[in-house]
Amino acid sequence: MNLDKKYDESQSLLSVNDLKTWFPVKRGFFSRQQDYIRAVDGVSLELFSGETLGLVGESGCGKTTLGRTLLGLEPVTSGEIYFKNFLLNHAGRKQMNRLRQEMQVIFQDPLSSLNPRMSVMDIVTEGLVQFKRIEGSKEDHARRLIKEVGLSGDAIYRYPHEFSGGQRQRINIARAISLRPEFIICDEAVSALDVSIQAQVINLLISLQEQHQLSYLFISHDLSVVSNIADRVAVMYLGQIFEKGKTADIIHAPLHPYTRALIAAVPVPGKERQDKFAEVKGEAPSTATPPVGCRFHPRCPEAMPVCRETPPPLRRFEDREVRCHLY
Amino acid sequence: MTIDQNIHRQPLLSVKNLSVTFTIDDGRFTAAEDICMDIGRGESVGLVGESGCGKSVTALSLTRLVPSPPGSIESGSVVFDGSEIMTMDTAELRKIRGNAISMIFQEPLSALSPLHRIGRQLVEAVLLHRQISKKKAWRFAEQWLKKVGIPDAEERMYSYPYQLSGGMQQRVMIAMALMLEPALIIADEPTTALDVTTQAQIFELLQRMKKNFTSLLLITHDMGVIWETCERVIVMYASRIVETGSREEIFEHPAHPYTIGLLEAIPRLSKGRQRLKDIPGQVPSPFNYPPGCHFQERCPYAFDRCRREAPPLYDCGGGQKAACFLLDKAKQ
Repeated sequence: MNLDKKYDESQSLLSVNDLKTWFPVKRGFFSRQQDYIRAVDGVSLELFSGETLGLVGESGCGKTTLGRTLLGLEPVTSGEIYFKNFLLNHAGRKQMNRLRQEMQVIFQDPLSSLNPRMSVMDIVTEGLVQFKRIEGSKEDHARRLIKEVGLSGDAIYRYPHEFSGGQRQRINIARAISLRPEFIICDEAVSALDVSIQAQVINLLISLQEQHQLSYLFISHDLSVVSNIADRVAVMYLGQIFEKGKTADIIHAPLHPYTRALIAAVPVPGKERQDKFAEVKGEAPSTATPPVGCRFHPRCPEAMPVCRETPPPLRRFEDREVRCHLY
Repeated sequence: MTIDQNIHRQPLLSVKNLSVTFTIDDGRFTAAEDICMDIGRGESVGLVGESGCGKSVTALSLTRLVPSPPGSIESGSVVFDGSEIMTMDTAELRKIRGNAISMIFQEPLSALSPLHRIGRQLVEAVLLHRQISKKKAWRFAEQWLKKVGIPDAEERMYSYPYQLSGGMQQRVMIAMALMLEPALIIADEPTTALDVTTQAQIFELLQRMKKNFTSLLLITHDMGVIWETCERVIVMYASRIVETGSREEIFEHPAHPYTIGLLEAIPRLSKGRQRLKDIPGQVPSPFNYPPGCHFQERCPYAFDRCRREAPPLYDCGGGQKAACFLLDKAKQ
């Protein structure tokens, strides 16, 4: 489907400019004052064709909301989302429905994202039926899809509860790729799986990406998992991107104190910790009342007076971006 | 040799041939089979395995907390500090639970009562096991909240669990587990629901608190966490123990093909997109474990004997043992 003839491969597939997703919360019953949960607060990023961008952050940092906003599942408060040069925020329902064929999502919990009353065949072909894109018989098409994700063809007659967690996630993947999308958001897609199964699913995602030139936004709290699948990584904290760059740079030469803390906190089997537990203190504050200045300063081991007053801008160094007064 | 020394030579907890089954609508299955383990005084033991391998059931059986029905402890003995837990009456068990053996669970929010303030819940636990006044118990609990690093402990005593963050809730659970100075702490995935930075803080706390010769049984699926916290490791797969050894033995020269595969499958911090080594196939359902070794269907080295007999734990030197016929020297 050609949405805009101006789009070509060298341009970014997805481009996000200063995106904000705020949720209004009422203060008191009679209060007129409006408060907002600033779940996503000024995020800019881009994603190229065939690339995986890892989005890492702790719970409540807004990474899931960002993903949902990109898919049009949450209303945009301000900012722009371009998909293939097409401005998504003002897309109408009809346009959005067409676009959704090219943007798919895989969620964390493989069971709750599958309808228990639908057979696997109906699940993986639902989108195809909707958009009248079945090739051959529905059964054959379903069988081809399910084999592509490494399940046996007979699985299409069974129901979600008959499968294990890893197999269910494969069914979710089959559904996500059924419409041959270009962009898939994986929201903690392997987080609920056991280690041995997690590795299988990660490998499957990589293979599918190479075959179909897919672009992934891979959202996860687990930096080790992300580093094994992402070409570039963005680190998110309280609604903002704190650091972004190539995976190797982020892992081996993290700049932001928060990224450094995240990496130091990952327990690595077989390796003694360099600085044992010398990480950040406390927990992330609420996004309804983010700290003034740098949002990380109350927990930051390197906070300076300026951090308490002025929020640092996102500075760019070649292919690296970092939001910190140290740089 | 005096009697006192003798006691210290014995393990604090000794489990022998413990088997637990569950009977549900679909039939009966074995959740834990023939489990044997010892935990020494002051020792930290990690029990690692994938979901459904029986690690939590094993942990619950140690204080006979397996819900019955559907669960049933079929056989085995659990000797804690010289007394047999399996034959104790309820009154004796209550004296041990939460006092000499305390537990920390994965979900602090479901382990705490949502209807009562933190302070009241802590005080209740103190008063159950200590003959002190309510006022003293309150002060005591408050001090423990401080010790586990909860800011404004005086005020927090009046908070309801939902008013605290996940990390703070888990700290309350830890305070509750530690305040009666148990001999053994059983922690079942204590940090799985928490962020990595919070997880690091919790483990630092546990390690600091462990100084007074407390033993720890840590149940987790996370090999990284085991590496950081435990001296000895027990690996379970599909209801059985497949390997046990010291931390170094298990991580540096694992002997069982499952342990080897598991260690290789762990995603480590890497430079970018790369395929991981995986273990093919999936964990069998407890209703149809394969005959012989439970891992045989996924094992790259499986041979005839693995399909017929269940391998016992073979000695691999040192304290390391693995349930694999590849280690059966008599046959080779």
